[in-house]
Amino acid sequence: MLLLYDMALERDYESIPGTYVYDAERGRMGYALNMFCMSLNKPENRKRFKEDQGAYLDRFNLTPEQRRTVLERDWLGMLKVGGNIYYTIKIAFCDGLTFQDVAGMMSGVPKETYAQMMLAGGRSPDGNRFKSCSEPEAGNG
Amino acid sequence: MAKIVAGIAVSHVPAIGVAMDRGMTGTPYWEPLFKGYGPAREWLAKLAPDVAIIVYNDHASAFSLEIIPTFLIGVADKFPIADEGFGPRPVPLVHGHPALAWHLAQSLILDEFDMTIANEMPVDHGLTVPLSITCGQTSSWPFPVIPLCVNVVQYPPPTGARCFKLGMAIRRAVEKFEPNLRVVIYGTGGMSHQLQGERAGLINRQFDTAFLDGMTKDPIGLSKITHTEYMREAGSEGVEMVMWHVMRGALDENVAEIYRHYHVPASNTAAGLMILENRSAA
Repeated sequence: MLLLYDMALERDYESIPGTYVYDAERGRMGYALNMFCMSLNKPENRKRFKEDQGAYLDRFNLTPEQRRTVLERDWLGMLKVGGNIYYTIKIAFCDGLTFQDVAGMMSGVPKETYAQMMLAGGRSPDGNRFKSCSEPEAGNG
Repeated sequence: MAKIVAGIAVSHVPAIGVAMDRGMTGTPYWEPLFKGYGPAREWLAKLAPDVAIIVYNDHASAFSLEIIPTFLIGVADKFPIADEGFGPRPVPLVHGHPALAWHLAQSLILDEFDMTIANEMPVDHGLTVPLSITCGQTSSWPFPVIPLCVNVVQYPPPTGARCFKLGMAIRRAVEKFEPNLRVVIYGTGGMSHQLQGERAGLINRQFDTAFLDGMTKDPIGLSKITHTEYMREAGSEGVEMVMWHVMRGALDENVAEIYRHYHVPASNTAAGLMILENRSAA
């Protein structure tokens, strides 16, 4: 049990490339942003947001950078300022986008390229396990 | 005495629900996935359980970040369908089983699993997609359902080992319930997938295959996989597979694999389905 606790404190998952684990640190940073997203579960709020996005966002205590990522639909940027994908995806649903559309945009490739990658079996874990280009021996089994 | 007779592990990809709701299951994209669900539906219809416990995670539907229950049990007599941001799925209301659910809540807490109790909550695709996959399109679900939510949205989720032990406690509790009910338990979520960041779209067929094999060959060993290993090997959202251990812990040590189906892709996800039966169930 002590081992698990130490690992949690180490945030050893930060060595995974292109991944933003929604942990305590991001939770503290992203609370207001994600609670704004949560409000979009209600149809009347979706309507208000679409009518005047800036005014709607004024109701939430977002940082200027969080506000920018929402208004510019910077999906990857949202994760970097504490967005949680299960929450930020609600903005995408509001825009009529799918999970796959947003996944393509976050990974920086055209929609068709991303769809083809998935049809071909998805992104391989090989070469994508660790941030450094030289992959250390997997010691996590 | 009530008894758990079988376990179902199944991914709960929202797009699978959308494909069913919009009549797209016969398209070239979806047909191979849905074809593999047929045998599972036939098996379940034949088994005709009296009640199902569905272990799943809520995705910012019933719960926000305001309050984050690690383990929660729904004790209501009915659960409405959640609006997840694009209107509720057009599927039947889910009926609960308050008598067994309250019995489980009390037994689990006294057995040292500190459950949160929900008297009112909507259920999202995490619960309704597994029902749709295994029961098909219907005007009413064929059995009552006890929702059991596990947090996997805010890190850290409970460990796989803890989930396995919860499953064991669920089994003990079910077997203390007087009415002679036949209970099926679902573990949902997974398999490998990553929905976020530059690494979105990660799929690891090798990991998933070993995980499916481990469900019968080495369930205890499997339950010790760390969160970081799930996230590194099976994608950040692959950590949902901890919920499969709740189901597995509720079954016998020796189980028979009745059926397996694995397909890539369902949207961004490797969709898996596995049916396990207690050998003592026959």
